[in-house]
Amino acid sequence: MLEIENLNLEVDGRPVLKGLDLIIEKGECHVLLGPNGSGKTSLLLGILGFPRYRVTGGRIVFNGEDITNLTTAERVKLGIGIAFQNPPVIRGIRLGEMVNLCRGDKSGDISDETRILAKELHFTEEFLERDVNAGFSGGEIKRSEILQLMAQNPDFVMLDEPDSGVDIENMELVGGMISKLLHRRERPSRRTASGLIITHLATITDYVDVDWAHVMLGGRIGCSGNPDQIIRQVTEGGYEKCIKECQMS
Amino acid sequence: MHKRVPDVVNAVKPEDYTMEAEERGPEDLSEVESEYKKSLLGVGYDPDGEERSGSFLQLDHSVLCSTAVQEGIEVLDSSEALKKYSWLSDYFWRAVPADKDIYTKEVAAKQTGGYFVRAAPGVKSIFPLQACLFIGKERLSQNVHNIVIVEEGAELHIITGCSTAQDVRSAMHLGVSEFYVKKGATLTYTMIHNWAPEVVVRPRSGIIVDEGGTYINNYILMKPVKDVQMYPVTYCGKNARTMTQTIIHASQDSKIDIGSKVVLEGENSRAELISRSIATDQADVTARGSIVGSAPGVKGHLECIGLMLSNTARIYSVPELEATVEDAQLSHEAAVGRISEEAIAYLTARGLSEDEAAGAIVRGFLNVDIKGLPPALGAEVRKMIRMSADAL
Repeated sequence: MLEIENLNLEVDGRPVLKGLDLIIEKGECHVLLGPNGSGKTSLLLGILGFPRYRVTGGRIVFNGEDITNLTTAERVKLGIGIAFQNPPVIRGIRLGEMVNLCRGDKSGDISDETRILAKELHFTEEFLERDVNAGFSGGEIKRSEILQLMAQNPDFVMLDEPDSGVDIENMELVGGMISKLLHRRERPSRRTASGLIITHLATITDYVDVDWAHVMLGGRIGCSGNPDQIIRQVTEGGYEKCIKECQMS
Repeated sequence: MHKRVPDVVNAVKPEDYTMEAEERGPEDLSEVESEYKKSLLGVGYDPDGEERSGSFLQLDHSVLCSTAVQEGIEVLDSSEALKKYSWLSDYFWRAVPADKDIYTKEVAAKQTGGYFVRAAPGVKSIFPLQACLFIGKERLSQNVHNIVIVEEGAELHIITGCSTAQDVRSAMHLGVSEFYVKKGATLTYTMIHNWAPEVVVRPRSGIIVDEGGTYINNYILMKPVKDVQMYPVTYCGKNARTMTQTIIHASQDSKIDIGSKVVLEGENSRAELISRSIATDQADVTARGSIVGSAPGVKGHLECIGLMLSNTARIYSVPELEATVEDAQLSHEAAVGRISEEAIAYLTARGLSEDEAAGAIVRGFLNVDIKGLPPALGAEVRKMIRMSADAL
């Protein structure tokens, strides 16, 4: 589904990814661990093609197509979606309208499909009338991002720290919805969506079953493998030690 | 390069315009309404008058229609009203001084129409009342004087639109408006301006809100105009409340200097002033707001936000706060800038192109949540804003 080959990426002229390789197959869910500033979010925004994130080497291939030079909107149309960690407030655009937009519906009237989806994420009808992200709590931001993704229904889902600043109750709901988005409750052969999840403390893996874990450091993936093993190594010895152990074995 | 603030206030002289216009009468109403239907609808005036509690239509200097549908609400030509009610003279030039400037002097000397609207005590208007001041003659100077009185405990909603015929390019509109909101009464006043590129506009308004009264003002300007300058002043009595929302889209060579001042002179009175301006092309916008707190327990907040869409436009934002008592709480928030790149990126991540995203953000910026209006009127105002924004 997604192949990243020797990717070099600059943000505002500053190199952040230095020869990164990553392959995610159809139906797989990967988690990405790593300290602050290791380039995790930049990788996601680079895959998404935000203008500030400039590819200076390597390429990104999605479903067999080289998307390295496509615009964000073009990549989204091919089936790439993202849940942001700290999305901006959009004044004057209501959450309900935004969810409509995610489905490609540009009308201002909040549709029934949007209302049904919102209910699944425990949002009230009134909440859909609020400006996107204006005064949302941490949990509400996560749920709103996932609501938008559900409406978009992408083949490849990127989630930037869906587990940070979320209480247990919301975590169960968010985890359940991510599992649904990524077809985690289907048999592996039936899963057609893939995912890449950034997480600090791997809390999300208690709620979403994942196939692979990667540890990122200094703009590269230093170590990849079985998620249980890697998460254990990271929680016991930290990121750097995990990478060292990984490279020795 | 820093540009000098253009002095639009006194730059245009009334004598450069003509006072002469063809006299029309109520018998011409249906002809005029059908001829200018599109322009009238564009400023919220529905010739069919459905869901309206009354209508007032003036073309040039002629009042073609002044009717009220609801009992307890009266609509008249203001000069006729002055002849009918001798007590009305007390309300002329009380909220706006006649010698304020050359324009008020001009209206005082050569008034040409304007409306008188009164809601009797306790009467609550179900539908809004509509008023339209229309210019159909090139180079005309229209000098109206409007008086609105909302008696004790009454509630009145007015939509007023000012516009010109499509073939008029240049004209002058001078409008003195004096509003009196009595004890416990409510007035909402929504004004839509839709002028031509060479029209000069000088509204001069004063509003007196008595104890426990509420005054809500919405002002919408979306089309190019030569210059508009206005600075209505609202005086709030004890426990009175005022809220103003100003939405401006300034384009081409428009020069716009719009603001409002609220004097909180009664104990515990409140004011909230919100202004949103978009400037594009060579437009020049001065967005003013001023709150004076001179009585104990008063509270006021001012929000003045500008969005720049070109390098040749200018937005000058002037928020002012003045307190003369210890116990006044006044605050403001002002910001001028371009569209946030982060917001555009966010929308592109949901599949919009960059242009579509910018358009959606501009529309959203203008889509101020109009508060305090009856739901039907609120929906209508939002629809007008959306229509104007879609036409950009």
